[in-house]
Amino acid sequence: MRDLLRDSWLIARKDLAIEFRTRSAFLSAIVFALLGIVIFYFAWDPTAVTTVDLAPGVLWVVFTFSGLLGLHRSFGVEQPDRAIDGLLAAPIARESIYLGKALANLIFVIGVQAVAIPAVALFYNLPVGPVLLPLSAIALLAAIGLVSVGTLFSAMAVNTRLAELLLPMLSLPFFVPIVIPAAQATAKLMSGRPAGDALPWLKLLLAFDIVFAVACMLAYPFTIEE
Amino acid sequence: MAHARVRPLLLMQSPSTGAVATDSLGRQFGSRWAVEGVSLSIEPGGLLALFGPNGAGKTTLLRMLAGLLKPSAGTARIGDEQLPGGSAVRRRVGIISHHTLLYDALTARENVEFAARLYGVREPRAAAGRALEMMGMSDRADTPVRALSRGMRQRVSIARATVHEPVVVLADEPFTGLDVSGSRALSGLLMNLRSTGAALMLVTHSIDEGLSLATHAAIMHRGRMIRSDRRADIDASTFGAEYASMVAMSA
Repeated sequence: MRDLLRDSWLIARKDLAIEFRTRSAFLSAIVFALLGIVIFYFAWDPTAVTTVDLAPGVLWVVFTFSGLLGLHRSFGVEQPDRAIDGLLAAPIARESIYLGKALANLIFVIGVQAVAIPAVALFYNLPVGPVLLPLSAIALLAAIGLVSVGTLFSAMAVNTRLAELLLPMLSLPFFVPIVIPAAQATAKLMSGRPAGDALPWLKLLLAFDIVFAVACMLAYPFTIEE
Repeated sequence: MAHARVRPLLLMQSPSTGAVATDSLGRQFGSRWAVEGVSLSIEPGGLLALFGPNGAGKTTLLRMLAGLLKPSAGTARIGDEQLPGGSAVRRRVGIISHHTLLYDALTARENVEFAARLYGVREPRAAAGRALEMMGMSDRADTPVRALSRGMRQRVSIARATVHEPVVVLADEPFTGLDVSGSRALSGLLMNLRSTGAALMLVTHSIDEGLSLATHAAIMHRGRMIRSDRRADIDASTFGAEYASMVAMSA
């Protein structure tokens, strides 16, 4: 177990170092998220839909699609010089490759959330300060679910000719059970309800996280066998 | 689909002995056998130079021995462990591929150090420094790999593959892209590994280079080992012509 975590962290740290050097996926995701928020803002008719009804949906649409940019890159960095062979030939558990990639993706998505949540609060004039802690918990739980599924499908899609199309097509149906409770819990918090009202959605989110994380980690070794 | 088990014309040793040993090893892709009935053995300190035309199955054989491909038939062993083995067997193998297995955005040192950490090498930074020095890359160690020439990348790739001091080295056309000094450094490294008891398999198209390092030489064609001899039994001056005619005859 200790080796699994050590190797996972090693791989995550390497992926983050590459992203830090190139900044290509993170910048793309941030720009995409901000553009999405701005477009939703200008398309919004405040007389028809209230802020509280709209903002949670905007937030989770933006997270989902901007997160896909990072997920696509996750196994993409292993392709140019078949660096993935170096990982597969190394004396590490296959699961640690998945966990390392998922951890790097999680940090990536949290980074996007750290920019997007204040941006949504600013554009839609939402008082997120009082609910920041439970909102952060929702964001973290949802991010775990999204990267659990997305990392697996990134591994599956990367060797295909239509990887950029295949990744969202495979991932989005599995994102639904994550995004619905996350958006519902966010809506409860933003409408000023007590944090306890969001608890059932949080529990559901946690359950899906556990199921997806375990299932995807166990499934990963099968995606890399030739 | 049944497949014929073809033994090499000459076995170097009994296939049950050696640091690397295969017995009727085969790999099928769809209905086609990329490797078929390969039995060989490489002793510690031995170097098998493997020749063959493109598509002969050399790389597939190497990928099976590296644990990157599961065999469809037969068995393969590294030491006492049957392939595809766990982490203990993978720790003993170093792979030099015609892909560099490097990350462009990281420096040469970071790439080699990352490999050293994956293999659980003690003092990985120092080990990476030594491996790069061995390949004459110390002065470019902190240069991102994307800024290096093809030959320099290959040197870094070799340092990456040998940083954990493997006891089995599988080298797939490792001289590709190397200049004279790079080739010399690689030859020295391979001889050094041999002297420490490592078993090596060298896939190459250069007969001179292969024979100059080898203790055994073999020829693969269409997935089968069509010849296998001790180096001492091979006349280097005629081997090239024999190789060409053998491949032409079995085509």
